[in-house]
Amino acid sequence: MIAGIGLVVGIVLGLLLQPTVPPALQPYLPIAVVAALDAVFGGLRAVLDGIFDDRVFVVSFLSNVVVAGLVVYLGDQLGVGAQLSTGVVVVLGIRIFSNAAAIRRHVFKA
Amino acid sequence: MDAPERTTPDRTPVQRLVGALRPRASRGQLLGGLLCGVLGFALVVQVQQTQGAELDSLRESDLIRILDDVSERTERLESEAARLSATREELLTSSNAAQAAQEAAQERVDVLAILAGTAPATGPGVRLTISDADARLGAAVLLDAVQELRDAGAEAISVDDVRVVASTAFVDTAEGITVDGQLVDSPYVFLAIGDPQTMSTALDIPGGVLRTVRQREGIASAEELDEVVVDALRVPSEPEYARPAEPETPAP
Repeated sequence: MIAGIGLVVGIVLGLLLQPTVPPALQPYLPIAVVAALDAVFGGLRAVLDGIFDDRVFVVSFLSNVVVAGLVVYLGDQLGVGAQLSTGVVVVLGIRIFSNAAAIRRHVFKA
Repeated sequence: MDAPERTTPDRTPVQRLVGALRPRASRGQLLGGLLCGVLGFALVVQVQQTQGAELDSLRESDLIRILDDVSERTERLESEAARLSATREELLTSSNAAQAAQEAAQERVDVLAILAGTAPATGPGVRLTISDADARLGAAVLLDAVQELRDAGAEAISVDDVRVVASTAFVDTAEGITVDGQLVDSPYVFLAIGDPQTMSTALDIPGGVLRTVRQREGIASAEELDEVVVDALRVPSEPEYARPAEPETPAP
């Protein structure tokens, strides 16, 4: 409940403030958002599995974001930033899909 | 997820979801809410960034690719522009050339029309009058007069009302002299366009037309005029057999 409220508050804040992303963060923000989405779907699945834990959610959320950012940063330094970003997005997308499938099975029993 | 079991196993997932939705103001819940808020914020910001800016959010390599694309496109367009302006130049010159060719052709038509006697001509010249009341002169004398005038550079000649051209014939008949089949009477009036002095000198030389006519007791006189109008016309006959041959090199 609090998480849902937080999400709504964040969206509203973003719409109201309309901040610009600092150039240094621009390559990492999209990847970080996708990684965080993965963590959120994982958390939702854990809730439905009955194994949700606040601490695990927070740690997985933060570590997902940090690792994704690190991978992209490393890729940029190695000159394969674009390809590595694509790879990260693909992997996270697969995870999001599998989590969504698990959630679907719990909710719809199918 | 290595979280410890905290919920009772007999609850259905939907019940668990409803249970999770119940607000509990624990530190972990608040932190999770905060993170979700950050996620929503970042999501919206990124979406707006992506929609607002097209180029600033791109990587260096993408920018280089776009730059390459743009320069390539510029080169292509420039070469196309060069090609098109070359075509335009070509068309302009060819239309100029066509106009020049038409003017040259028109000049030739005018010159040939005078030579063929199909167009009236005007210019300085002489009027040669030969009176032969007793019909002592033959067609040969008139032909001589025409030859003398031609030798002296006459460009257009008429006898009475007949234009003298290349095919003109002078014939002695029982009724008199015919020029191209048309009977002419004394006095015979020649109109010739050319250099007046040269022609009158040529007519007046010893053994020339004037002397010959006077020897045969005719009356002949030539007067130089500043303007002679030769308006006798000859209707060109359509050639029955001859056709224009294709020139080997086209006229300019």
